[in-house]
Amino acid sequence: MYEVYIHVPFCLRRCGYCDFNTYTAVDLGNGASRDNYANLAIDEMRIVKQWQLDHGVDEGPASTVFLGGGTPTILKPQDLARLVQAIDDTWGIAAGAEITTEANPDTVDADYIQALADAGFTRISFGMQSAVPRVLKTLDRTHTPANVAAGIAAANAAGLRSSVDLIYGTPGETLDDWRTSVQAAIDLGVDHISAYALTVEATTKMGRQIAAGTLPKPDDDDEAAKYEIADELLTAAGLEWYEVSNWARPGQESRHNLGYWRNVDWAGIGPGAHSHYGNVNGQGLRAWDIPHPKLWAGKILDNQVPWAGSETVTPVEQAEEQLMLGLRIREGLDINTVDPRIPSTIWQQFVDEGLLDAAALEQGRAVPTRKGRLLNDAMITELMEYLG
Amino acid sequence: MATQHNQPGFTDQSLIRNFCIIAHIDHGKSTVADRILQLSGIVPEREMRDRFLDRMDIEQERGITIKSQAVRVPWTFDGTEYTLGMIDTPGHVDFTYEVSRALAACEGAVLLVDATQGIEAQTLSNLYMAIDHDLTIIPVLNKIDLPSAEPDKHAEEIAGLIGCDPSDVLRVSGKTGEGVAELLDRIVTDIPAPSGDPKAPARALIFDSVYDSYRGIVTYIRMVDGELRSREKLHMMGIGMTHDPIEIGVISPEMMPTKALGAGEVGYVITGAKDVSQSKVGDTITSAKDPATEPLPGYRDPQPMVYAGLFPIDNAQFPELREALDKLKLNDAALIYEPETSVALGFGFRCGFLGLLHMEIVSERLSREFGLDLISTAPNVPYEVTSEDGTVHRVTNPSEFPEGKIKRIVEPMVAADIITPKEFIGAVMELCQDHRGIMGTMEYLSPERVEMHYRIPLAEIVFDFFDQLKSRTKGYASLDYHEDGEQAADLVKVDILIQGEKVDAFSAIVHRDKAYSYGVMMTKKLRELIPRQQFEIPIQAAIGSRIIARENIRALRKDVLAKCYGGDITRKRKLLEKQKAGKKRMKMLGHVEVPQEAFVAALATNDAGTDKDTKDKIRAAQKTEG
Repeated sequence: MYEVYIHVPFCLRRCGYCDFNTYTAVDLGNGASRDNYANLAIDEMRIVKQWQLDHGVDEGPASTVFLGGGTPTILKPQDLARLVQAIDDTWGIAAGAEITTEANPDTVDADYIQALADAGFTRISFGMQSAVPRVLKTLDRTHTPANVAAGIAAANAAGLRSSVDLIYGTPGETLDDWRTSVQAAIDLGVDHISAYALTVEATTKMGRQIAAGTLPKPDDDDEAAKYEIADELLTAAGLEWYEVSNWARPGQESRHNLGYWRNVDWAGIGPGAHSHYGNVNGQGLRAWDIPHPKLWAGKILDNQVPWAGSETVTPVEQAEEQLMLGLRIREGLDINTVDPRIPSTIWQQFVDEGLLDAAALEQGRAVPTRKGRLLNDAMITELMEYLG
Repeated sequence: MATQHNQPGFTDQSLIRNFCIIAHIDHGKSTVADRILQLSGIVPEREMRDRFLDRMDIEQERGITIKSQAVRVPWTFDGTEYTLGMIDTPGHVDFTYEVSRALAACEGAVLLVDATQGIEAQTLSNLYMAIDHDLTIIPVLNKIDLPSAEPDKHAEEIAGLIGCDPSDVLRVSGKTGEGVAELLDRIVTDIPAPSGDPKAPARALIFDSVYDSYRGIVTYIRMVDGELRSREKLHMMGIGMTHDPIEIGVISPEMMPTKALGAGEVGYVITGAKDVSQSKVGDTITSAKDPATEPLPGYRDPQPMVYAGLFPIDNAQFPELREALDKLKLNDAALIYEPETSVALGFGFRCGFLGLLHMEIVSERLSREFGLDLISTAPNVPYEVTSEDGTVHRVTNPSEFPEGKIKRIVEPMVAADIITPKEFIGAVMELCQDHRGIMGTMEYLSPERVEMHYRIPLAEIVFDFFDQLKSRTKGYASLDYHEDGEQAADLVKVDILIQGEKVDAFSAIVHRDKAYSYGVMMTKKLRELIPRQQFEIPIQAAIGSRIIARENIRALRKDVLAKCYGGDITRKRKLLEKQKAGKKRMKMLGHVEVPQEAFVAALATNDAGTDKDTKDKIRAAQKTEG
């Protein structure tokens, strides 16, 4: 299984909560400009492909492609089309592949979306975040709920599947605000919804506002209540959870996203993007690109793999990853394949504590309940203690 | 270097002057002592370093002389060489007994007062002690080189205290050396020569005893009668042990072995004693061959006044803690300890100290010199608890507090002397009343400063009294206290329960009026300090079976990272590894994981508890009493 992720590190403006690797400048130097970005990314694909060949990694064709950001749709639609074409040229794209781009509801219109469909895209993920204007304002988002609906209508018309992302726990968001947002997302008729708890990083504008006391601090209990609301409303609407923060109608899961949790191989292209190869000379390897576009571009111009760093995954780390990835998803963890140091009695203990699904355990799988999803990390760290 | 004519063992008593310096911390005792060594010529200029006599790091850093020393200093006056025995005294309240022995070894005392500060409470109490010992007092104002010095004002104050003329108060500067030669002359002219019987059987007073890693136990003595010779067996009259002397000598300023020490002289002996408890301060040394019949007066065993549990944060360090205490004990007869097991804190030692400073110094040395990370329980004093059936328990640890009905509890009292500028009289009175102090008399030392006398339970002093006194008087007040009997009091034991389980480390014996605030503050603190877990955790304070305060740590509902941005699995794994490492540092109390830092922070004595919620809860708790 092989996937390609492309990171587009540009935005029109930075949102107050965002600490992602993205830049509002049009040109960051060394050719790292919005206009030239696709050329550089295509160059990186060539360099990475050569690295793979040199290291006995034989990948392809890609079963999924995902363009994330930043704002991929800040680029011209032709650029996105060229990126997809270059992946096909470099590795091939499997028949029936899932090809997704993230989109800011502000930056796409019907023509743009039609161009994406023509380029082979099958899916659009809209950053809706909330349906409540006050909450959107706190998040510094400029779109309106109506923009999202228009985007989805255009996607439907072009034959693209669509998904929306929601954020819960924004300072000032009430439980009713959140119910409104979840219901609005359901009413859009999409078959895939992601709901992420707001994670405040100290280095962001919002982080500073919270530290200064001008915004209230997100509260874990409030976020837990909102997770429960989302899970109930979405399940009732026929969208089932398949990963802690993701719900879909059966068959409409994001295969690209699932790939991360299934620990498949993927190439990450673009500044700050992460790559994973499960077998490089018998060991797992994780690598990440240089975050700053200018420095990243400089390496590519020198014909070098633009990685900032990499790590080989040790056996203990591999055992840890198996736990933390498997327990995130609906298909769960095969308890017969985990590290033998983990006592077999622990799974029943988790069932008794309401963290794991009893029926799934009878089938030999550790699948978290709703409580087990909310306390996922507590469960994982308890298991990790047995690994020394 | 100057040669000395008067040889140890052969110096006539009429040429000997033994004195000590009484001074408050920072009033410049060590600097003046340095100048004396320099002027006498026994320390060459090039070898002079600051605070020549202070050996231990902590002494140098804190400006406290923990252990006294005795230096033999030659001084020529009017063409005659005199031999001065300069005995350094510890400056703090916890070492009152050691001070009293140092004073007993002298005929005179230099009262050294900072000309910018005036006299302080501890100095005053040591001065009174010197007067009680019939010592000749030479009053001296130091630091007269400083622009802020007010020698006239403070000379008046001192003159009023000791009944001399203000013009008799010498003015010196340890820094520049000004006036120090005159001081040495005054020591020769004013302080009487020793008057022991050189022909009588030997009697020497031990005024200090120090462990030295190269020499073993070095015992400082003042010969009173007779003579001790380096080849004769020594007998300790108080503890009844006989030792072979390995060496007898004087310090001038390094150790110099001599054949003998004669009446009136100050010097040292090294015996095969293994630790200082075999060679105790206050004991009398005599010759085993020709022993004296009566020991010198004043010997007694030091009694610990403050107890606390010391536990290594990492329980694997328990053997190291034992070794470290054993080593400190070599040098510290007053330190006592026995193993203690705490459910909450694991294996440690219950330690007894002379007082708070003694406790602080021991903990600091354990961490600094032995690299130990320790948790110290709240300090407490020894109580005498009588159960209803008449059994009497000596309680040095809240866990020893008997169950069931209590007939009577007796606690140690101290007489506290506080010197403060008069504008803080109100603040000091309020503080003392809050701490169950009963006011005695109050005297004006000068128009600006008063000395106030209180009788206060020692338990009130050991908690945070001194810090509060300093903060309420902007650092101007000084405190001295000494034991003053015992008194019955309405005390109770407050237990802290986490999830229904008593946590021994947090139990405290407090006055009934304070029990509620202790309970409320402790439960509140712990609620903040213990992280939320997957179940609800009640935290309660109780007197016996009656709950007086309660807080709740709600169950943890969410502990999950929302997403792995861009497939950054590495970051998530590292976060989880960090979380796992955090869990490993937790102590388990039943099912509850409590971080080590929570114990350290909860046992710190820094909270005033003045916020509204705390006050409301204390009031509510008090109402429950019926």
